[in-house]
Amino acid sequence: MQSNLPDPSLIRGMTQRRLGRRDALRVSGLSAFAMALAACGVKGTGSTTPSAPAPDAVAKYWAGKTSNGTVNFANWPLYMDPEQPELKKFTKATGVAVKYQEVIQEMGPWFAKVQPQLAAKQSIGYDLMVITNGIQFKQFVDSGFLAPLDHSKLPNYVANADPSYAKEAFDPGNVYTIPWTSGMTGIAYDPKKITRPITKLADLWDPAFKGKVGMYSDTQELGNFGMMALGIDPAKSTPEDWKKAAEKLKEQKAAGQVRNYYDQSYVDALGKGEVWITQAWSGDIFQKNVSDGTDFKFVIPEEGGTIWTDNFAIPITAQNPVDAIKLMDFFYEVENAATLAEYINYVCPVPAAQAKIKEHAAAASGDDKSALEAVAASNLVFPTQADYAKLHYFRDFATPAEQQEYQSIFEPIVLA
Amino acid sequence: MLAPYLLILPGGLWLLLFFVIPMVTMLSLSLQQGDIVSGYVFTGHWQTYVDAVVNYRTQLVRSLIYGAVTTVILIVLAFPVSYWIAFYGGRRKPTYLFLLLLPFFVSFVLRTISWRYILTDEGMLLGPLKSAGLLPDGFNILGTPVAVIGGLVYNFLPFMVLPIYVALERIDPRVVEAARDLYADPATAFRKVILPLALPGVFAGVLMTFVPASSDYVNSAVLGSSSTTMIGQVIQSQYLTSSNYPTASALSFTLMAVLLVGVFAYARALGTEDVMKVAAR
Repeated sequence: MQSNLPDPSLIRGMTQRRLGRRDALRVSGLSAFAMALAACGVKGTGSTTPSAPAPDAVAKYWAGKTSNGTVNFANWPLYMDPEQPELKKFTKATGVAVKYQEVIQEMGPWFAKVQPQLAAKQSIGYDLMVITNGIQFKQFVDSGFLAPLDHSKLPNYVANADPSYAKEAFDPGNVYTIPWTSGMTGIAYDPKKITRPITKLADLWDPAFKGKVGMYSDTQELGNFGMMALGIDPAKSTPEDWKKAAEKLKEQKAAGQVRNYYDQSYVDALGKGEVWITQAWSGDIFQKNVSDGTDFKFVIPEEGGTIWTDNFAIPITAQNPVDAIKLMDFFYEVENAATLAEYINYVCPVPAAQAKIKEHAAAASGDDKSALEAVAASNLVFPTQADYAKLHYFRDFATPAEQQEYQSIFEPIVLA
Repeated sequence: MLAPYLLILPGGLWLLLFFVIPMVTMLSLSLQQGDIVSGYVFTGHWQTYVDAVVNYRTQLVRSLIYGAVTTVILIVLAFPVSYWIAFYGGRRKPTYLFLLLLPFFVSFVLRTISWRYILTDEGMLLGPLKSAGLLPDGFNILGTPVAVIGGLVYNFLPFMVLPIYVALERIDPRVVEAARDLYADPATAFRKVILPLALPGVFAGVLMTFVPASSDYVNSAVLGSSSTTMIGQVIQSQYLTSSNYPTASALSFTLMAVLLVGVFAYARALGTEDVMKVAAR
């Protein structure tokens, strides 16, 4: 045992000077050092202006691309039935094998992870990925990391998608992405701990829940709630509004309201009683209630909630883009959109799926029947116009400087 | 003539590849400006350091305090343990050391997460106490400095026990006998003989725990809350969430500089040979 452990004299040797400062300088050579410093820049992609693709970009990208019979699909956890029935069906129908991996947990880390490879024009190992609108979505587009989509290869999308998606500000006309699913950010609470009904954003500031409130660590999710609590529409907000919202959120923090700022682990914190009331994503609460037999409530607050969209995108360096776009379109067949929504309970981008789910419900019996009926009637899966009226979109940042300003205003709340 | 240079070649290459190149890259990054989309360009912008330290001084100071508190608690806990194993362990010494290390065969992150389950608001520890009315309903340990420092102490315990054990184990029992023969009572023998001989072990233990404990981010991320954020977490999030490489690199360098200065000052003040001289006085 003894001989394997570091001798104290070794530590002493490491902490005492052996080489004089002058020797060190002579060895390294100061000028060479300075040159080395300047040489290791981080490669960006050069395009600073948001890029509308050149008119022939689609034709250029897709020219000569053929199916290779395989597709690597990167998605978020809990976003498909673990049995992957849709993917099995796809492989059966087309002969294209799908390698499905739940590798995306948060947008910031995902972008940071694939950015170096994409900037070097190397494959990231995935042909298809699901990315949320927001800061990193913009960075993907502005860096030219996404392949422009050929809508002639997306017949089901053209026929079945809710046309309102093509109007979304983060990708007008669905040039680079088409929706996988949408979701809402609202408030979830445990009715066992909170007996009165929760209806307002202001409830997150209620001193009765001191130390039992969960907020998101994502600066956009957090900032949005601060703004909406002040009656500001996040999509149209100005830097002045951000500062006001940050003040409102700092107040909440200083009062000891907030237990912590969470990523997706807020579901767990709610389950363990760490928080009683928290910012939440619609489908999570449904899935938690189903899988753990809990009875948490999810509400869109009176002042409003937000709606975001997770989108299919093909990285520009994808090796099997033809197979990837085939798979994208497959999920727009009404039947497939319906079975997916039945499992994940997030907003379905295919309106016709509602009737299909009702058909499935009619054919089912017992518990299955009532569960399917509930999905078809759920305003979390098929929101009504009245629901949409209460939902706000995320702020779209025009320049990186604007986005950095936003970050620097809200980041200190989460980190300090 | 060339022989000495050839002999340092393997070590030199190793240092170049795994120390000098990363360090230079990081230093360069910390002096660049730009954004992740258009790329970062070297501009020699030292202001990043000032801004980073001003913005995150709370977390920097907090990390050093947590690291120091952790180290002190570790010395207090580890000394009796290693003393007992070294002097009373007998033939079973290897077994005791193995038992001490056994939990550490499980992944560091996993063990920290299990503490989350133990300490959670209505978990196995607090749940019964709360239902028995001994604690108020809103009481929590998770998310407080107690939980974070507790996690740090737990995770770094072997790094303090082992060096102290090594130092104590090497003490020749005859030296202690000699002290007793010269009419030292047990307390004096401990203070004048055992303690000075054990100090190099404590010194090594402090080096091996203070530096990693101060820069740790797992414990504060898993067991803490936004009021216990440590500098490691800030660096991690600047790199891997905000893709703000310059600020992250500047903070890493600042942390390294602060720790190096601290360690050198500590080594100067308590260089191992001097430790004994000081203690013998």
